[in-house]
Amino acid sequence: MTAAELPSKPPVVSSLRPRRVELGLVVMVSVVVVSAYGLASLGRNAELPADIRPFLAGTLGLFFFIHIAVRRLAFAADPVLVPTALLLNGIGYVMIARLGSDVEGGGDLAGLQSLWTGVGVAAFVITLVLVPRARELAGYRYLLGLAGIALLALPLVPGIGVDIRGARIWVSLGPVNFQPGEFAKIALAIFFAGYLVESRELIRNRIELRDLAPIAVAWVASVGIMVFERDLGSSLLFFALFVVLMWVATERSSFLALGLFLFVGGAIVSWRLFDHVQTRFDAWLDPFSDFGGGGYQIAQASFSLAEGGLTGTGLGRGDPDRVPIAESDFIFSAIGEEMGLAGSTAILMAFVVIVGSGLRIAIRATRPFEKLLAVGLTTLIGLQAFIIIGGVIRLVPLTGITLPFVSYGGSALVTNYIVLALLIRLSHEQRAGPPETAR
Amino acid sequence: MNRRIRQLGIGMLVLYVLLFAQLNRVQLVNSQELRTDPLNVRPLLREFGRPRGEIRSADGVVLARSVAAAGDSDIDYVRQYPTGERFAHIVGFQSFNQGSFGLERSFNDELAGERFTQQFQSPADLFRDRDSTGSLVLTVRDDVQQAAVTALGPRRGSVVALNPSTGEIVAMWTYPSFDPNLLSGLDGPAVNAAYEVLSNNPDQPLLAKSFREVFFPGSTFKIVTAAAGVESGSVSPTTPVFGESEEYQPLPSGSPIRNFADTECGGDLREVLRVSCNTAFAEMGAEWIGPQIMVSTAENFGFNDTVPFDVPGAVASRFPTDYGKFLADVEYYRGDQAASAALPNGETPIHEGSAILAQTAIGQNDVASTPLQMAMVAAAVANQGVLMVPHVVAEVTAADGTRYATTEPEVWRIAASPQVAEVLREAMIHVVANGTARNMAVPGLVVGGKTGTAQLGTDPPNSHAWVVGFAGRPGSAATLAVAVIVEAQPGAGEQTGGRVAAPIARAVIEAAFQTELQQQLSPNDGA
Repeated sequence: MTAAELPSKPPVVSSLRPRRVELGLVVMVSVVVVSAYGLASLGRNAELPADIRPFLAGTLGLFFFIHIAVRRLAFAADPVLVPTALLLNGIGYVMIARLGSDVEGGGDLAGLQSLWTGVGVAAFVITLVLVPRARELAGYRYLLGLAGIALLALPLVPGIGVDIRGARIWVSLGPVNFQPGEFAKIALAIFFAGYLVESRELIRNRIELRDLAPIAVAWVASVGIMVFERDLGSSLLFFALFVVLMWVATERSSFLALGLFLFVGGAIVSWRLFDHVQTRFDAWLDPFSDFGGGGYQIAQASFSLAEGGLTGTGLGRGDPDRVPIAESDFIFSAIGEEMGLAGSTAILMAFVVIVGSGLRIAIRATRPFEKLLAVGLTTLIGLQAFIIIGGVIRLVPLTGITLPFVSYGGSALVTNYIVLALLIRLSHEQRAGPPETAR
Repeated sequence: MNRRIRQLGIGMLVLYVLLFAQLNRVQLVNSQELRTDPLNVRPLLREFGRPRGEIRSADGVVLARSVAAAGDSDIDYVRQYPTGERFAHIVGFQSFNQGSFGLERSFNDELAGERFTQQFQSPADLFRDRDSTGSLVLTVRDDVQQAAVTALGPRRGSVVALNPSTGEIVAMWTYPSFDPNLLSGLDGPAVNAAYEVLSNNPDQPLLAKSFREVFFPGSTFKIVTAAAGVESGSVSPTTPVFGESEEYQPLPSGSPIRNFADTECGGDLREVLRVSCNTAFAEMGAEWIGPQIMVSTAENFGFNDTVPFDVPGAVASRFPTDYGKFLADVEYYRGDQAASAALPNGETPIHEGSAILAQTAIGQNDVASTPLQMAMVAAAVANQGVLMVPHVVAEVTAADGTRYATTEPEVWRIAASPQVAEVLREAMIHVVANGTARNMAVPGLVVGGKTGTAQLGTDPPNSHAWVVGFAGRPGSAATLAVAVIVEAQPGAGEQTGGRVAAPIARAVIEAAFQTELQQQLSPNDGA
């Protein structure tokens, strides 16, 4: 390491000051979320929702439970990460409940989402308990790497894999449906971090052909996901994650260039070969010319966002379910319609805050594994949000993935809370000084 | 690694700035374009997702109402038009597939309750969900409209009746019309097919010809010429006396103008108006009035300007304005035969285009008028020269009866002085009492009028039959002005205004004054 890279000494926090800041933010977030929930119902039916009291109690209970858990298990951690994630989760829930009230049987969506939020918070706490020291995860890197690949391939297993809306990313085991690819993200992020810490010195000094093998494997795996599971978003996300970590770990910009080259090459080839990629591309360039077909959803999302304007139609007063599957991939257009540019920008800011906090954790981390893990986890959330928001607002071609913490979906929500727990663990370790439990 | 992490942070920030920029494009910069994109059904669904107010006639007949749509559809409410084609050109229609027309279009915000004054009657409205839709109460009377429909029958033409002192339209009918219920239904393909059939019909049933189409006004325009003559000071009820003549030879040169059926006529103003003498009015326009006053008077009556009308789409009537340079006074051409030299306003009358002026003065050449405009000419005469803004919407009311807005009578322009108007009013009464418009007379009412037979110069000969006029109770100001045009019909030959159009005007007047007329018939009954 050069002198410039010597980690700046993190301030050792021994008081509960970060937690007091967090408590204040959590209270503000709960006020925002509960008000939004009430307003959405007022906007629709001009009356407060019947379940406003249980909702208030549930929200406060859940929020304070997670706050107290952090206080107990990671008292020195960054104070803005948890409230920001709760804000995104809460706004997402309000929109899902509001969208569900327009659809028959849509009430189930809100019920399930609240159940999954509970499971996600539980997963958050369990992760904090099970992982007292982040560096111990490095020991499981190969196991997690294998598990990640296995999870990714699981939907392809005949009998349990299910096709939904053209993508084969679901697994159905009895009553439980889930997307194993979501959990694979965490496993692979840990694996990449562990693997690169081990091999980065080698790769940094001299590049031999065999050193390029890992990036080739990652590329092939990504293409495999795209071809066999038709999941463009995850494919792009995994490949980008690996290239970013490789670049940060080796500090060689040539890897970034190589990654970009492979990505563009892969994109062109798949555009030539696969209809569904071509459809996405055409829908991005001009959704209105194929309004009856592939362009419909994006065109409707554009109309939805335009309807919102600067300040939005008001919660419950728009027509966001004109956009198919608005509660999932397209929840951002629903927020943009009813809360306007003000609301959609707030969502962007929330993700900027999460990315900023995550990268600050990475910079302050003292050991390379923790650094890379923080970078990986942060990149997962930040890039995933960029890919889906960019797709919805036609900045980039649409690749269907969920908006972290906001979209409807259990697997994604649980995964995101586990990512959040790991970031909180990393942050706590570097600010609390050497853990006493390490003795 | 920290350097790379910072670079990654900058990279991420750039990505999010790009998102923010694109978001501004979609939600602000291009939002208006996206909102009005033809593919965007949101504005339409919003319109059709809730009931609108009713449209009612002055005598309380429902002309348009919203009813809940049956079946499973994006559309919750459809419009019904109980009076069918009778008011289609005024009320218009609101169609999911074909857009909106008529009052349904121009008063869309009021009907949907979207005006600020409708939504916020008091601060308490911020906290409750009040029905803010507005109903339109019109000035048209269904009984008079029905009389117009029946009297015109299946002949292409228009009838316009209005109140001279307020501008309120009492009846306005054009045949052929259309059934707006065909276009407001839920069955998209059927609606589109019906629209296709209507728009391909050569008789243009979708077009409200009463205020959206212009016709040669023929001799009815002589009212304007007479007004210009009196206004100019060179014509009075007694002077000049136009010589009996069969044809008028225009100056400086041109083909002669002949009278209807090649008769000889002449006399003072009342006489030449009574018999609708072409030769006299051609001479009056070209040699006694001149282009300047003819044009300004026509424009004072509303020609060459779009009528401000609350039903959308009104078109301007035309009176030619360019008659070239002045050449000389009449004496130069006619020697001592000429009754006048220079005009009282000092203008030298004969211009390069004086032969054209001789034609436009009798409503030929390029003069063209909507039936509404000609009704307004009669209305101005009956209203002491004051031309009111015509309108069909009397008021906008809330569901509970409170008024959101009331249309106040408004002056559009001064067509002529009260003295000039009085001369013409008296002369037009003379035309009904003793002249070409005898068929318009209604016993018990004071009726004035002027016929017109606008020859189209076709072979076989065809003509538009016109009549314009006014009616009122004896001793009080006229309360109704009418214009009737029966368009040239195949096989109808040269139908005259007096024979064909005047009886229709009479039927409309009788319907409008039925209460007064019944009282007169049985003055001693009951009371």
